[in-house]
Amino acid sequence: MNQPKLNLSPKVSDEVRKTTCYMCACRCGINVHLKEGKVAYIEGNRDHPVNKGVLCAKGSAGIMQHNAPARLRAPLKRVGPRGSGEFEEISWDEAYQIAADWLGPIRESNPEKLAFFTGRDQSQSFTSLWAQAFGTPNYAAHGGFCSVNMAAAGIYTMGGAFWEFGQPDWDHTKLFMLFGVAEDHDSNPIKMGIGKIKGRGARVIGVNPIRTGYNAVADDWVGITPGTDGLFILSMIHCLMKAGKIDLHYLAQYTDAPVLVNNDEKSPEFGLYLRDEDGKQLVMDRVTKKLTPYDQPGVKPDLSATYRAKGVTHRPVFHKMAEMYLSEDYAPEAVAERCGLPANRIRAIASELARVAFEEAFELEHKWTDFRGETHDTMIGRPVSFHAMRGISAHANGFQTCRALHVLQIILGTVEVPGGFRFKPPYPKPATAHPKPHVGMTPGGPLNGPHLGFVHGPDDLALKQDGTPARIDKAFTWENPMSSHGLMHMVISNAHAGDPYKIDTLFMYMANMSWNSSMNTGGVMQMLTDKDENDNYVIRHIIYSDAYSSEMVAYADLILPDTTYLERHDCISLLDRPICEADAAADAIRWPVVEPDRNVKGFQSALCDLGAKLGLPGFVNEDGSQKYADYADYITNHERRPGIGPLAGWRMGANGLQHGRGGPNEGQLDSYIRNGGFFAEHIPDGANYYKPWNRAYQDWAVKLGLYDSPQPYLFSLYVEPMRKFQLAAEGHGDRQPPEHLRERIKATMSPLPIWYETDQQGNEGFTINALTQRPMAMYHSWGSQNAWLRQLHGHNPLYLPTKLMRQHGLSDGDWVRVSSPHGEITVPVMEMASLNENTVWTWNAIGKRKGAWALDKDAPEATKGFLLNHLIHELLPPKADGMRWANSDPITGQAAWFDLKVRIEKSEAPREARPEYPPLKSPVPQAPENLAWKVGK
Amino acid sequence: MTTLPDNTEKKLGLVIDLDTCVGCHACVISCKGWNTENYGAPLSDQDAYGGNPSGTFLNRVHSYEVQPEEGHAQLIHFPKSCLHCEDAPCVTVCPTGASYKRVEDGIVLVNESDCIGCGLCAWACPYGAREMDMEEKVMKKCTLCVDRIYNENLPEVDRIPSCVRTCPAGARHFGDLGDPDSDVSQLVAERGGVDLMPEQGTRPVNKYLPPRPKDTMPEIDVLAPFLEPVVQEPGGFLGWLDKALEKL
Amino acid sequence: MHPAPSVIAFSTFSGLGFGLLFWLGFGVPVVSGWSAFAFFTIAYLLAVGGLISSTFHLGHPERALKAFTQWRSSWLSREGVCAVAALIVMAIYGAGLVFFDAAWQPLGILGALLSLGTVFTTAMIYTQLKTVPRWHQSLTPVYFLSLSLAGGALLAGQITWAVVLLIAAGAVQIATWLLGDRALKQSGTDIASATQLGGIGKVRAFEPPHTGTNYLLREFVFQIGRKHAQKLRVISFGLMVVLPVLLLLLPFSHLLAVVAVLAHVAGVLASRWLFFAEAEHVVGLYYGKR
Ligand SMILES: Nc1nc2c(c(=O)[nH]1)N[C@H]1C(S)=C(S)[C@@H](COP(=O)(O)OP(=O)(O)OC[C@H]3O[C@@H](n4cnc5c(=O)[nH]c(N)nc54)[C@H](O)[C@@H]3O)O[C@H]1N2
Ligand SMILES: Nc1nc2c(c(=O)[nH]1)N[C@H]1C(S)=C(S)[C@@H](COP(=O)(O)OP(=O)(O)OC[C@H]3O[C@@H](n4cnc5c(=O)[nH]c(N)nc54)[C@H](O)[C@@H]3O)O[C@H]1N2
Ligand code: SF4
Ligand code: SF4
Ligand code: SF4
Ligand code: SF4
Ligand code: SF4
Ligand SMILES: [Mo]
Repeated sequence: MNQPKLNLSPKVSDEVRKTTCYMCACRCGINVHLKEGKVAYIEGNRDHPVNKGVLCAKGSAGIMQHNAPARLRAPLKRVGPRGSGEFEEISWDEAYQIAADWLGPIRESNPEKLAFFTGRDQSQSFTSLWAQAFGTPNYAAHGGFCSVNMAAAGIYTMGGAFWEFGQPDWDHTKLFMLFGVAEDHDSNPIKMGIGKIKGRGARVIGVNPIRTGYNAVADDWVGITPGTDGLFILSMIHCLMKAGKIDLHYLAQYTDAPVLVNNDEKSPEFGLYLRDEDGKQLVMDRVTKKLTPYDQPGVKPDLSATYRAKGVTHRPVFHKMAEMYLSEDYAPEAVAERCGLPANRIRAIASELARVAFEEAFELEHKWTDFRGETHDTMIGRPVSFHAMRGISAHANGFQTCRALHVLQIILGTVEVPGGFRFKPPYPKPATAHPKPHVGMTPGGPLNGPHLGFVHGPDDLALKQDGTPARIDKAFTWENPMSSHGLMHMVISNAHAGDPYKIDTLFMYMANMSWNSSMNTGGVMQMLTDKDENDNYVIRHIIYSDAYSSEMVAYADLILPDTTYLERHDCISLLDRPICEADAAADAIRWPVVEPDRNVKGFQSALCDLGAKLGLPGFVNEDGSQKYADYADYITNHERRPGIGPLAGWRMGANGLQHGRGGPNEGQLDSYIRNGGFFAEHIPDGANYYKPWNRAYQDWAVKLGLYDSPQPYLFSLYVEPMRKFQLAAEGHGDRQPPEHLRERIKATMSPLPIWYETDQQGNEGFTINALTQRPMAMYHSWGSQNAWLRQLHGHNPLYLPTKLMRQHGLSDGDWVRVSSPHGEITVPVMEMASLNENTVWTWNAIGKRKGAWALDKDAPEATKGFLLNHLIHELLPPKADGMRWANSDPITGQAAWFDLKVRIEKSEAPREARPEYPPLKSPVPQAPENLAWKVGK
Repeated sequence: MTTLPDNTEKKLGLVIDLDTCVGCHACVISCKGWNTENYGAPLSDQDAYGGNPSGTFLNRVHSYEVQPEEGHAQLIHFPKSCLHCEDAPCVTVCPTGASYKRVEDGIVLVNESDCIGCGLCAWACPYGAREMDMEEKVMKKCTLCVDRIYNENLPEVDRIPSCVRTCPAGARHFGDLGDPDSDVSQLVAERGGVDLMPEQGTRPVNKYLPPRPKDTMPEIDVLAPFLEPVVQEPGGFLGWLDKALEKL
Repeated sequence: MHPAPSVIAFSTFSGLGFGLLFWLGFGVPVVSGWSAFAFFTIAYLLAVGGLISSTFHLGHPERALKAFTQWRSSWLSREGVCAVAALIVMAIYGAGLVFFDAAWQPLGILGALLSLGTVFTTAMIYTQLKTVPRWHQSLTPVYFLSLSLAGGALLAGQITWAVVLLIAAGAVQIATWLLGDRALKQSGTDIASATQLGGIGKVRAFEPPHTGTNYLLREFVFQIGRKHAQKLRVISFGLMVVLPVLLLLLPFSHLLAVVAVLAHVAGVLASRWLFFAEAEHVVGLYYGKR
């Protein structure tokens, strides 16, 4: 046959440049193929530790993101009223001058008048340094509204969390249980992992009210009632403890289960650990029957023995656990109805966990020595692993639920063991090894230390002399004492209310706060545009950095336009949120694989300029000149501590280049580029499990600069700092909570995980749970400007379970009015059968404001797409005493997005989804109509 | 040569695992990216930023809900591109010979410079695997990345389709389904791979691996021994604990 | 299927045109000189006009010549070849009638058969498509052919033939509709066979692959309400068969004949619109659109 002759080996590109993806925060490695100097095609980097060559839809669509018509083109100065979108393009010099004119004076008088908050950012170690140098206590990133419950619960409990900070041992696990995950930060690795273990025939259990994505491929689906996972987990703990299906050896050796706790209700130390003079936790030794520090060589901690001294009985944590969890209150029959699961199902899953953990246990031939000096010939593996994210985190009981899950992991002996869940460096790192929050201000000078951290009791709270909150977001106060990531979702409403005080300038970066990242979106727009009696905006100045024409741009006075991710330097640092895997420490960079063709600048470089202009310490040399020419200069030359910089690879040692510790190396970025944009150092065999207690790992971590000295520790089934807050609430100590919070602190801050109802104040008549999920092919708001991705998710229906569809006489495409105690939206519906029968949901952040993102005004995102955020308030309806509590976890301040309850009524189809807002004026030109994209034709 | 070859030397194709596909659309976009830059005309988009955006894609991911007689409804993500049928009706209907099936590997292609854009091949394809490009007005379809799989400018490991290379869940497999010993053939044999719409008589080369049975967790009776309480009397737990610790 | 006006017009008018050529090829009616010229012009306007309109839906009409190459396998190609052959043969035959007053009958019969063949190939383009069960039945070519012959007879002024053939075409039309209504179901192709998920349980399309539209949906997924379709069937049948037959049974008048022809054409256009609009392509199953 005469077939056409094809060129089977066309040239793929002129050049491949390897950098790091930023279509989401997963930080995969990418090969950017260039033709004629333009981006032609993006694929995954096979050598990269995170994605090993694969790439998600967003990553492959990067070319459309990079070329999006919504890209900002130059610094902007607002010329119309706030919220109108009317701007004038200005020079960078003018932009810096405006910023300096606002910021300079407040720094000299009262630095707290600047609130600097960053969103979807991967340079927090840098931005926080800048804020610290400025001297304001008001700095945080978006973690508070994202998943701080998950992070804080993990770190307080076991010195590391899920997020992207740990992962199942995909090579060995045989049972993987997933709670409340749609996509995750570690999205490609999870997909790879699931694919891998399913290929091996391992079982995947998905716990989620909605059966899509990972939960759709799960072998077993547990369609739980939202907000009740804690109860379900504690019930499984009940079953396992009752059956003795727990890893006693693990509990005794590596956790605080044997640590003795003061059991005298009248003692001011009731519930605190018994410690020796050095502050070490004490246990009873089963052999010597003596009180012994937990880390004494040869000690055999006793889980059972009590200790009595000076009339006070001390009981091991494990006794408390037995007392608490063996109670019939946690029996499957007692919780089944609330969880929406048959009691038998709970038992079945608990027994399957037990079966796999204990019957399928195995050993790896790795000799290792623990922190007490005992050498073990093998490593025991328990092939049960867990992962969880916002589904359990974004509830007001999320901290305790996440804690419960960690306790479940720990009693099964599955953390940091083969087949279980493992940390990624720099974790494990216990809460005590992290800084505490700092709020010490000096006008004209830097803050006295890092803003965020971990509190260990009332003394560490961020309160002013008079007991009022030191921070604008009220983080680390009695309202949410352990708010390790701050509360970005409260900044605008607190600043608007002047509670706890007024600010002058709000400086935000990469957070679409007038839209999808806020609760009460309409209210926030109002607050941002509200004026005071002198006709000034209540929030006087707003500076914002975005790369695109987002909804938030319209609400700022000064815009610092960022580059796209392919046009700038970035540093994905071990000081921050690196790209490590459980087997390797790794960090990465982004670098300008193409130069910007607009008058834009990497935000971090702009901060270097602005920091120098303001004369911030650390940003100027002794002679007052600018210290870092740009972010690349900072990445290369900044040292956090001597020998420790933003990047760990290719540092300058005494005898040439070395990894981990070392001085700055001018060629460092080039080395990264040559290596594909990242650096990875593998953890030696035998050091890669049991890391918190493994001498080889601890020594390796010190060598690499993750710690300055070995930091072995015990897992905290019992979180003592929580008990300290309870003690204060019970009246002990000088720092006392306000009266109205006492009962809540006592009730919620149990040092052993508990479950409490999250149904909110004022929810009577609103009975249906309403959730959002991340679509795998969209990143929050910013995917909609992508011509390819928006075809996949151009609008979002509200998915209703079959039962509710029938009950309300609805069919696909009908419209409903959805109301909550706070607001109302009118939106189209679709039926879904594989859904909890009292839950509705939609894809997150598809709805767009007209005029944003360079989309036409009739874009379906704006006419049919919608946000649930309009229904969620940052404050709960007033209590009887008139107090309005934050819609947040009372422990960490985590925004409780998923506690939303709604009511549904069928509606006439409106012209457009409601609420409708007037269009924004676009600061960027009209987008082209058709695309036939081919570079280098 | 619109007639089909009597047989092809190889039967290259994809095997798609419905048990692991998480519906992420990575393959969809990767395919769009590669094929926009490579074989033939770019895959265009109309009204790209407007009220009714649509564009050419060679691979799309559907999703279905399946309600078993008993138990929970299941959701199955379902990627679909050209199945490179052995009896490809799209080829025989083509009036110009633009559509053809390659003798050497069975890949079904459109020679765009011969295509008159009549659309008949798309009518003939039961699977919706062909889309007319609205800009170039020629028929587009999955090329099985014919310009990758033999491409000497790519490293050997990368000589696989773009969608296969990118799939995070590893739900897509590529190989010679004509060779019973190939990895893909073995996989199909092991997992009972199936043809879509077999009654259409197209004899697809691509195979689908059905989802494994779901929600089959053994009922409590089987597992009961695992949760047998260690002690019956209340408060006896600490006694058990002491004994258990002795044995450690 | 999307009822594209160009394809509807093409198949209707070229069907009539080739129908007329068929009769002319057999020397019915007997024509020569100007009358032959008039009849042949009408036939060619219809047949060629239809053919030209069919190129409107081509993406690259300038490459249309390539479409003649694949006659060994492609009905569309065969149609092209057949049409051109028919037109050429009939042109020569017609030239004989118009200019030489000579009826080269063997040529005429050949041309007539080629004309009919063209209609048959057109029909086969649709009939061959297993993907559209409503079309994939042996009645489809009969439907095309009977209408073409009836319409041709009507245009050729063959009242008796026209009445008989119109009634026959009407019967075929009704049978086509009735069988067509069951075709998808009987084809064995359904969402379960499309997805092969039927073994697990009842399959329902959930999220489509994209929220927007695409070529496939525009081209193949056209949904028409049952009631609406029934109404159109009645109208179409009335115009296409009933009215012309009644008019033809009345005493002959040129005006009535013209009305009969116009009614018939309108009816066929409606029938052809339904032919597409009611046809369900199995790809719709993947989109849950059936
Ligand atoms: N209903 C509901 N609401 C939610 C959630 C939910 O689950 N349900 N989830 C919450 C969570 S966890 C989060 S993290 C937030 C996320 O919400 P946001 O933090 O608002 O995240 P995005 O919308 O992705 O993007 C923020 C901004 O970053 C800009 N941007 C993108 N790339 C760049 C860049 O390179 N440089 C700069 N300077 N800017 C850039 C975008 O244009 C956009 O304006 O949403 C929260 N909101
Ligand atoms: N593609 C993509 N990837 C992303 C993002 C994105 O926008 N797009 N955003 C990134 C960000 S900022 C974050 S924070 C992460 C978040 O990653 P995820 O935690 O996966 O985020 P969500 O999509 O909010 O998923 C929450 C899941 O919890 C379920 N859920 C809700 N309530 C409950 C409950 O009470 N119990 C249980 N068991 N489940 C429940 C919901 O059904 C949903 O499946 O994703 C990151 N990755
Ligand atoms: S998960 Fe996707 S978007 Fe996120 S970094 Fe990786 S490839 Fe990029
Ligand atoms: S799937 Fe469709 S386009 Fe591909 S070979 Fe089969 S019939 Fe042709
Ligand atoms: S559209 Fe092109 S490839 Fe398809 S049948 Fe027509 S000419 Fe052949
Ligand atoms: S094989 Fe290539 S052309 Fe075909 S679907 Fe995959 S990426 Fe697209
Ligand atoms: S990339 Fe893989 S997992 Fe994702 S939709 Fe395609 S086949 Fe499914
Ligand atoms: Mo987040």
